[in-house]
Amino acid sequence: MGKTIDLNGKSYSVVPEVETVQQLLEHLELGNRILIVEKNKEILQKDSYDAPIMDRDQIEIIHFVGGG
Amino acid sequence: MSKYSRQELFTPIGADGQLRIRGAKVFVLGAGALGSSGAEMLVRAGVGELTIVDRDILEWSNLHRQQLYAEQDVVEQLPKAAAAERRLRQINSDVKIRGVVADVTPENVLELFEGHDMVLDGTDNIETRLLANDACLQLNIPFFMGACVGSYGLTFPIGVAEEQPCLHCLLEVLPPQSLTCDTVGVISPIVVTTAARQVAQLLKYVTGAELDPRLESTDLWTDERASMEVKNMKKSSCPSCSAQPSHPFLSASEVVRTAVLCGRDTVQLTWPKNRQVELAPFADSIRETVSNLLHNPYLVSCEYNDHRLVLFRDGRMLIHGTKDITEARKIAAGLLG
Repeated sequence: MGKTIDLNGKSYSVVPEVETVQQLLEHLELGNRILIVEKNKEILQKDSYDAPIMDRDQIEIIHFVGGG
Repeated sequence: MSKYSRQELFTPIGADGQLRIRGAKVFVLGAGALGSSGAEMLVRAGVGELTIVDRDILEWSNLHRQQLYAEQDVVEQLPKAAAAERRLRQINSDVKIRGVVADVTPENVLELFEGHDMVLDGTDNIETRLLANDACLQLNIPFFMGACVGSYGLTFPIGVAEEQPCLHCLLEVLPPQSLTCDTVGVISPIVVTTAARQVAQLLKYVTGAELDPRLESTDLWTDERASMEVKNMKKSSCPSCSAQPSHPFLSASEVVRTAVLCGRDTVQLTWPKNRQVELAPFADSIRETVSNLLHNPYLVSCEYNDHRLVLFRDGRMLIHGTKDITEARKIAAGLLG
């Protein structure tokens, strides 16, 4: 069974090869962005992006953009 | 019936809140999409004074989302700050409105912000946001950050609560390139949504309501949203907001500065204050060399060697059609020596 997480307020099915937060960011093509990640209401420090993603995790990602 | 009666009827504002709004002096940083939308809301809300600054002139590609402008403004090649000032004065004559055609730089940012109670973010790049972050921290006024591209926008109010992080704490490093409206496009609903959130935060602050400094984002197309409690991201060693800050983004240089405007195929050259070029003599001097010469009180624009050049009164030249700083300097040198 694949994992299903809550990603930015929506249900999201994680593909099997994505096991960590870092892999999720790369899968979402956000790997080279300046961003902040929250996992289960806790901000993740950048050196903790190898944290595993578990079923039903709540993940929020906010990336910074230039425009306005 | 008062212009603001429906706003005063809204209990959290009331007559007392309206008086506080009337007393607010707001600086709007940028007169593009967010700046247009935010400034219009603030002027209609009846703030006391509003200064809006922008370095650019209007283009056709601005009109789908920059709500203060109309086709005639583009035809006249008006600077955004001048067109914004004109339109905002039509909207509400109670408000003291000033449009300033200028690039906000380390040299002038403190002088520009001084005398205002807060800054609303309408800029289009992260570097200027970090500059504003430093300047607002130094002046001890809040900065209502907002940014958007595509259908995605984010907001973060800075300087509104004790012990909160600043933008520099959150970003740590300046990204070499970030997404812009010129590279990935933008739709107007996210502009209005982002500006609405910034202005709501500003009004809450002004009227003394409790304001939680959360980092928030919305994507109107994918219907995703996030809202983060970021208090513990405050860094005690942050160069911008620690006990002994150095405000690194306020450091100015005395040379002609160059900047490639991201995604615009345009280079901007900025002359220091003591070496500025006068518009009228410059226009006369190039009349025979260039084509499509246009001279108004704000700028000189022309075509030269297949490039469009615009020289502003504040000492900036935009050279369109190149991303190459060396080539841009050469083109400028071709006309200015």
